[in-house]
Amino acid sequence: MQRYILQRLVQGVILLAVVTSIVFFVGRMTGNPVDMMLPEDATEEDRQDMIVRLKLEGTVMDQFGVFIVDAVQGDLGTSIRYRQPATDIFFSRLPNTLLMIPPAMILAIVMAVPLGVISALRRGGIIDRISATIAVLGISTPNFWLGIVLIYLFSVTLGWLPSSRMGGPLNYIMPTITLGTFLVAGFMRLIRSSMLETLDSEFVKLARIKGVSETAVIWKHCLRNALIPVLSLWGVFMGGLVTGAIVTETVFAWPGIGRLTYEAVIFRDYPLLQAVIIMDAIFILFINLLVDILYAYVDPRIRFE
Amino acid sequence: MDSAPVLEVRNLHTHFFLRRGVVKAVDGVSFALRRGEVLGLVGESGCGKSLTALSILRLLPQAAARTIEGSVLLDGEDLLAKSPGEMRAVRGQRIAMILQDPQTSLNPVFSIGNQLHEALARRPDNTGRSLRERAVDVLRRVRLAAPEQRVGQYPHELSGGMKQRVVGAIAISCAPEVMIADEPTTALDVTIQLQYLDLLKELQSSLDMGILFITHDFGVVARMCDRVAVMYAGRIVETGPVREIFDNPVHPYTQALIASVPKLRRKTGRLRAIEGQPPALSDLPVGCRFADRCPHAEPRCLERYPEAVNVGENHSASCWLAA
Repeated sequence: MQRYILQRLVQGVILLAVVTSIVFFVGRMTGNPVDMMLPEDATEEDRQDMIVRLKLEGTVMDQFGVFIVDAVQGDLGTSIRYRQPATDIFFSRLPNTLLMIPPAMILAIVMAVPLGVISALRRGGIIDRISATIAVLGISTPNFWLGIVLIYLFSVTLGWLPSSRMGGPLNYIMPTITLGTFLVAGFMRLIRSSMLETLDSEFVKLARIKGVSETAVIWKHCLRNALIPVLSLWGVFMGGLVTGAIVTETVFAWPGIGRLTYEAVIFRDYPLLQAVIIMDAIFILFINLLVDILYAYVDPRIRFE
Repeated sequence: MDSAPVLEVRNLHTHFFLRRGVVKAVDGVSFALRRGEVLGLVGESGCGKSLTALSILRLLPQAAARTIEGSVLLDGEDLLAKSPGEMRAVRGQRIAMILQDPQTSLNPVFSIGNQLHEALARRPDNTGRSLRERAVDVLRRVRLAAPEQRVGQYPHELSGGMKQRVVGAIAISCAPEVMIADEPTTALDVTIQLQYLDLLKELQSSLDMGILFITHDFGVVARMCDRVAVMYAGRIVETGPVREIFDNPVHPYTQALIASVPKLRRKTGRLRAIEGQPPALSDLPVGCRFADRCPHAEPRCLERYPEAVNVGENHSASCWLAA
């Protein structure tokens, strides 16, 4: 187990190095921030001054070297726009995003588990058809569009819900739906298909032969097995949640990591963009490691060797 | 042996109602099983053996399958007339079943102990022992080595033979009156097979159960069974004591089945196979179902189905030639 975690951590560091280089070089392709930030009447001296301050001297490779040396020391640079260490800004915004993700996940679980199970039990029935429709809509609806439509309907037309920013519980409703819809759709179909597979298995037949009640057959024997593939996709969905948060937070003016990422791109704030993406990558890697460890508890056949 | 049967199946019909027609998978099966007896239900794949077993337990595999006629009497009570709740009380407690493939019949995510507890908890035990102690005890009865350690293990940590012993332990945990064994040794190694058959015999005599032993292997029949019912295309074509069936098979299908068993001592050259295919269960002939594969078929065989006739003591066959 410990060896497995260590192995995964080493893999994670390698992956991080790759992600870091990609973010760094792709970021540089978007143009020079100095041109954007200086007033039009700035002198060449002002320009040089700023280049030194932003550590943008020399070739891109030179800059990369400087960046890596700083990064391994925990310094991901200073935000050009906010003039504060990029990691500080990241951590000041992180709680807002962390408040938004759990409701979306809870929505996904609360809707997907019962609907998926019932769809599998009553294949072709009304609930199965309704949930199939929800799933197709959920997967094919772009969430920026869903967010805008929700705002139009519930804020502009009906005036029931606040259209943006953080605040009371009402402010969470639309972002949660916007962010959670694709999760609901994916999980529901996955649970349905793995339940169908499990319902056909011999151990379910044996459980019934033993005289186990139908409730226990479905919610204990079947569901526990059917959740294994769902859990293994959880890590993948986490990545989707991060990108989903960028869109959702932008639409709802939510001051979280997603919106910060968007701003960093728009303002060519390289250090901030790099910091945000690297921290996101660390977060996703960590969640995936957690999922793998959890996996071993759900499925005793998994052993870390 | 002439005691009242513990399980009696009368004229059982279980059909699949599909869009393309009715598949008569079990079509008029009758037999009786006495306490302390092993009745072999023999026939080729797809003849309706397993479906007969599942019909008895009322655990039909698809929504399209229904038992439409007949009765299943357990100590004289008709199981087909029971409510779902009453039926659940019969399963596991009064009728147990062992499935064919031990690799898939235990739930991979629950420990052996947990899966035994589910069965054991249904029968109150007044000796004051914990479920765990009872689980260890029942594992000891199926001769599983190191039972104290096994209860905490998961199915994947056990071999196929060990798993099938666990399935056997689940089956006997409520001391059932009837055990249905659906090809319990087919998936096991030959050496393990014999041990398992001996174990079943031993459990049967200690618990005085009736065993309905489903198999396609006449070698296993000879070793295990007291009586045999030979099934073909949804019906039982011949029933009798094992010795009778082996020495004096009457129905041409039984004769062909016995002739197709390889014998070690005799050099018979090529193995004899039965020509042709069984009839489609969705389009059964009016006459004898074996007629178009039968070497002795006569015109009347195609016209009417032969009713079962007695051809010896406790020995009956459905064949015009025997009448």
